[in-house]
Amino acid sequence: MSDTHAQTVAFVRDTMLPEREPPILERGAVKWMRENLFNGIISTALTVLSVLVVAWGVAEIGPWLMRSIWDAESLSGCRQILDGASGACWAVIKDRWHQLMFGFYPPDLYWRPVLTLILLFVALGPILFPWVPRGMIRFSAIYPFLGYFLLWGGSVWFPVSVALGFVAGYAALVAFRSLGTLVSTIAAIIAPILWWLIAAGTLTAVLDSIVPLGLERVDSDEFGGFLISLVIGFTGIGLSLPMGILLALGRQSNMILIKSVCVTFIEFIRGVPLITLLFTAQLLLGYFLPPGTSFDLILRVVIMVTFFAAAYIAEVVRGGLAALPRGQYEAADALGLDYWRAQRLIIMPQALKISIPGIVNTFIGLFKDTTLVVFIGLLDPVGLSNAIRASSDWQGIYWELFIFIGAVFFIFCFGMSRYSMYLERRLQTDHR
Amino acid sequence: MAEVQLETGIDREIDRSNMQVSDEIAIQITRMNKWFGQFHVLRDIDMTVHNGERIVVCGPSGSGKSTLIRCINRLEEHQSGQIIVDGTELTSDLKNIDRVRSEVGMVFQHFNLFPHLTILENCTLAPIWVRKVPRREAEETAMHFLEKVKIPEQANKYPGQLSGGQQQRVAIARSLCMRPRIMLFDEPTSALDPEMIKEVLDTMIQLAEEGMTMLCVTHEMGFAQAVANRVIFMDQGQIVEQNEPREFFNNPQSDRTKLFLSQILGH
Ligand SMILES: Nc1ncnc2c1ncn2[C@@H]1O[C@H](COP(=O)(O)OP(=O)(O)OP(=O)(O)O)[C@@H](O)[C@H]1O
Ligand SMILES: [Mg+2]
Repeated sequence: MSDTHAQTVAFVRDTMLPEREPPILERGAVKWMRENLFNGIISTALTVLSVLVVAWGVAEIGPWLMRSIWDAESLSGCRQILDGASGACWAVIKDRWHQLMFGFYPPDLYWRPVLTLILLFVALGPILFPWVPRGMIRFSAIYPFLGYFLLWGGSVWFPVSVALGFVAGYAALVAFRSLGTLVSTIAAIIAPILWWLIAAGTLTAVLDSIVPLGLERVDSDEFGGFLISLVIGFTGIGLSLPMGILLALGRQSNMILIKSVCVTFIEFIRGVPLITLLFTAQLLLGYFLPPGTSFDLILRVVIMVTFFAAAYIAEVVRGGLAALPRGQYEAADALGLDYWRAQRLIIMPQALKISIPGIVNTFIGLFKDTTLVVFIGLLDPVGLSNAIRASSDWQGIYWELFIFIGAVFFIFCFGMSRYSMYLERRLQTDHR
Repeated sequence: MAEVQLETGIDREIDRSNMQVSDEIAIQITRMNKWFGQFHVLRDIDMTVHNGERIVVCGPSGSGKSTLIRCINRLEEHQSGQIIVDGTELTSDLKNIDRVRSEVGMVFQHFNLFPHLTILENCTLAPIWVRKVPRREAEETAMHFLEKVKIPEQANKYPGQLSGGQQQRVAIARSLCMRPRIMLFDEPTSALDPEMIKEVLDTMIQLAEEGMTMLCVTHEMGFAQAVANRVIFMDQGQIVEQNEPREFFNNPQSDRTKLFLSQILGH
């Protein structure tokens, strides 16, 4: 056969050529640029345009950033140093740092919010990362009460008696378990409410008179700056997830009363702008409460923000629940798991996993929406920036404050977004 | 008429030494009726299952087979009549339902494994949370049953990493970990490729050999002939005919049974 071949073909190469690198235009960076940046007329034009825009931005902002001033007493001090050139005057942030962080929190007590923040990360550890020892979750459970105590101070027995309400709820759930899901659930809701209304106040007073332990009291109107944003944001996030889950479950319930309460709540809250809810918190909530109870403004805002986010989360979680095949419920039932166990062990882990992007979306929205409290007179960072600009020293400063505030919010929101992507990857178990 | 020879696909001797039907009643259903809205799915079902019985339920699609066995562990609620499982009557009383469910294992057509848990966790979850078995012990039991269904090496994988046949065997092991007295199977092989059907049927035969009380909805007539002591034929929500398998296949009484058998056996 090779003979015929040799006769019909004039030349046969009998050695392999060594592999050569592709021509320069098909290689590395050049190839990548040709394919991604200069792939046709429109693509080339857009590339050139984008480069121009970026270059213009850098040319405008670069020098301004390069001439940053960190030490000055006032805007006019900055201008003096700059001597006519344009430059960033970060001195305002240095000058008003404490105010931006803590508002009007008593300076000698700054350690309390700082400690609260540090402990927040400790408490978040076991919730966010599986490699943190599981036993730490107990600290996470008491953290909300500890955090309240550290920030607001007062008698230590108050958060303790409030916490006991949750214990009462759990005890009721267990005690009435044998009577079925509905009865035990109702008991678990009523028991803590009764406890808080009847026993908690007295218990606090009694314990306080026996063992008067406590920290110096700090009132809510002394809170401000990022302290307010973080308190409202994290409390709202922490409360709205469980509330949203319960609302989603309630909406799926076949008990008509529970279902309609949940549907009404969700639809009403979602249909109303957050800012109106905040005004309601400021004005109306006071009327509904028993006279004589001074109901803290921050607490009211937290409640409203929580309601708002919970309504959204309920719908996100409902989507996750709807995506689960019915077989999962049936398998859980067939194995004899009761409603709450099936929810906790089988249904929710899967439904929440599906819902992670939507939930984190809601959290990020909630966190940024905390800046709306400026409209009801709370001095969050945006509110403070207005106050700072109204002072004679810093009148006329804009960009530096807003860039700083924006950057801090961005760090938190970007962190949440990254974490959610990590979580989705980690929970990836359907290897299809 | 020549005796019907079924292509069983079962190539081993079946050990019948433990397959004894006792006098004790496992399931007693009397004049049970069920409706889906206006639709009368189950009509006047009367049925008694003794301990150790291996019953195959067959019938055309939509005849109510699944609904019937799902009533036995209350995945469906019946509207009239009585169902007594292992001495416990199924009513709306949740305690009774829980008791029955922990005595009755169920295997589904689509396996219904929990995809977010490993095979081992799938098997230990119910014993730990329902039976309150310590984790160590539950894991030992789980490994025991995973060995029995011949996939102990998959214990730490997730269901999504297993083939259909393997998943169904895990589902059987998961039920067995609750140490049920009765096993219900709802078309356990009909979502599987032919080569996987055999491994699942083998597992079921093994169970039967150990004397488990079994109620299987299946169209594997080879399995019925080899293992069942009774075949129940349902049509339009009624039990039309029941008999021991040899009689059932060779000497069907009603026309509906004859028609069904001729379709399914391809005569
Ligand atoms: N949840 C339900 N709601 C309304 N109708 C239903 C429901 N489940 C089943 N049915 C109807 O009841 C009848 C019996 O259903 P079932 O699933 O018991 O049949 P089957 O004998 O198991 O059929 P197949 O062999 O197809 O599985 C069918 O007509 C079905 O459409
Ligand atoms: Mg069916």
